[in-house]
Amino acid sequence: MRLRDTLGFAFQALGSHSARTWLTLLAVGLGTAAVVLLSALGEGARAYVEDEFTQLGTHLLIVFPGRNETTGGPPPLLGETARDLTLDDALALTRARGVARLAPLSVGQAKVSAGSREREVNIIGTTADFLGVRHLSMAQGQFLPPGDPTRGHAVVVLGKTLASELFGHHQAVGGWVRIGERRFRVTGILADTGQSLGDTLDDLAIIPVASAQALFNSPGLFRILVEARGRSALPGAEAAIKDLIRARHEGEDDVTVITQDAMLATFDKILKALTLAVAGIGAISLAVAGVLIMNVMLVSVSQRTAEVGLLKALGAAQGQVAALFIAEALLLAGAGTLAGLGLALGAVQGFNGIFTSFQLVIPAWAPIAAVAVSLGSGLVFGLAPALRAARLDPVVALTGR
Amino acid sequence: MVQPASGESAVIELTGIERRFQVGDQVVAALRGVDLTLGDGDYAAVMGPSGSGKSTLLNILGLLDRPDAGTYALGGVETTSLNEERRARLRRERIGFIFQSFHLIPRLTAAGNVELPLTLAGVAPKERRERVAAALDALGLTPRAHHRPDQLSGGQRQRVAIARATVMAPELILADEPTGNLDRASGEEVIRALEGLNARGLTLILVTHDPVLGGRARRRIRMADGAVAEDLCA
Ligand SMILES: Nc1ncnc2c1ncn2[C@@H]1O[C@H](COP(=O)(O)OP(=O)(O)OP(=O)(O)O)[C@@H](O)[C@H]1O
Ligand SMILES: [Mg+2]
Repeated sequence: MRLRDTLGFAFQALGSHSARTWLTLLAVGLGTAAVVLLSALGEGARAYVEDEFTQLGTHLLIVFPGRNETTGGPPPLLGETARDLTLDDALALTRARGVARLAPLSVGQAKVSAGSREREVNIIGTTADFLGVRHLSMAQGQFLPPGDPTRGHAVVVLGKTLASELFGHHQAVGGWVRIGERRFRVTGILADTGQSLGDTLDDLAIIPVASAQALFNSPGLFRILVEARGRSALPGAEAAIKDLIRARHEGEDDVTVITQDAMLATFDKILKALTLAVAGIGAISLAVAGVLIMNVMLVSVSQRTAEVGLLKALGAAQGQVAALFIAEALLLAGAGTLAGLGLALGAVQGFNGIFTSFQLVIPAWAPIAAVAVSLGSGLVFGLAPALRAARLDPVVALTGR
Repeated sequence: MVQPASGESAVIELTGIERRFQVGDQVVAALRGVDLTLGDGDYAAVMGPSGSGKSTLLNILGLLDRPDAGTYALGGVETTSLNEERRARLRRERIGFIFQSFHLIPRLTAAGNVELPLTLAGVAPKERRERVAAALDALGLTPRAHHRPDQLSGGQRQRVAIARATVMAPELILADEPTGNLDRASGEEVIRALEGLNARGLTLILVTHDPVLGGRARRRIRMADGAVAEDLCA
């Protein structure tokens, strides 16, 4: 029997019990769409994170206080905790090889009030270079003044949201806010930054680092953002930073330096694994649709027993009968998958049209994997019913005994 | 034992055919030692009471069933030792079946049903169309070619089945009570169509309960209790 005829016969058979066929197509289609959409979601998240990192600047290093890797030694006892990372450390790092500029960060929470309005927000203490290192820009006024970072001026830069919540329609720049016990003059408002790796910069206040240290009564820095002179300067800068800190900390390697690339690679790995995991969940639903195919085929075989008997009487060998039913299962799987791919494609386009800040990205392997899983499960689950049909005794099948 | 008409070669040779069925813990002997020889172009009617083994005999002749004992040579080929593949091929090429309940596929048109054996045999579409048209024409079904079975009368359905049985140009036609579901007029039409095939040289074996129909055959075989009780040649 010719392949075309086998498929044609299977197609006609499917058409003759349409309700069951449609339901199975629906299940396979939804399973396929699940695989594609879930992986598009994961891939979209990965692309989003990568994009955010690139926005932050590609040759950024981040210095944390404390050691990251565990060396197997005994846990630090009392009095042996890691040394603070200080503003002096940060100032020393500006002279390290490969370093272009840097911004020390001191972070905490405090109440900010203007007149009768009060909000508790994140406070960042940093220097004038923060603006450049983080690629930010101003909506109004000036950022923190350059100059000696150890001097704690009473000036503040507000995030956009915070400014409007404290001042409403009134002019914020030039106004005064109270943070803790001190009054600060507003010198500027940050431009709208949107989301940046999940935390918004719209709802915070930025003050000189020395002022923040006084406010939080803590000399330790949260971290230091360092911009290297270029991408190629990154490894040299990383080594120079570690050397310099070790020299300043009496030979202790008590900071962690993370490069932008390393962080990006880590996120990349995590999100790729996540994408595969959710795609796997979709694939399970597709395999479950395979069980439905099996059900449809079993019903089909038992309803068409006489037909199978007839085919055998007309000279169809066992293999031919099996091929006819497997073709039916594969047609179901194939058509369902095509419909599901169409559905997923439409959904992705619709989503991307509506939401511009986060885009779904269908990875190339996803449709291929969906088709493979679908046809595979069609074959596996179609096999048992097909063999059952092939092994029917023609006399019994024809007489319906 | 009646031998086939002289000068004709044997197309069917059955010797010592036994067929038993296990029903629960009882064994039913449907055929017990059937010997039968039929010549090329024979026209035989198989009659006998219900349960005498007529259908079982026909199924064995049609290679749909295997005997438990005995030998069956079809056109000189010993069939009981053949594998399923070879038996399917013999069915396809040499045997045409006609059933009491027609066994047409309801979703296919008359032409589609007639085409099925050719499709299964892998005949090219163009040749298929020509042979289907010829087979339908021979049975006066050309105007009905694109009707589905539920749009046809019983007699027309059975004639479609006859067209299907002959489209592969077999040498043996096996019909198990082909008129059982038909009124007299349609039954007469169908029998005439079958006799027309026999007149063109096909061997025809007809199982029937109707003594009038049976009487028209040149050879009348009466079964009783799983054995040939009477074998008359006109
Ligand atoms: N598959 C089977 N399983 C069990 N018993 C069977 C089977 N096929 C036939 N028999 C038995 O074998 C005997 C002969 O059956 P068969 O169908 O050949 O009779 P028949 O002559 O065709 O009868 P009818 O005129 O009613 O069609 C019966 O007793 C029947 O019950
Ligand atoms: Mg019978």
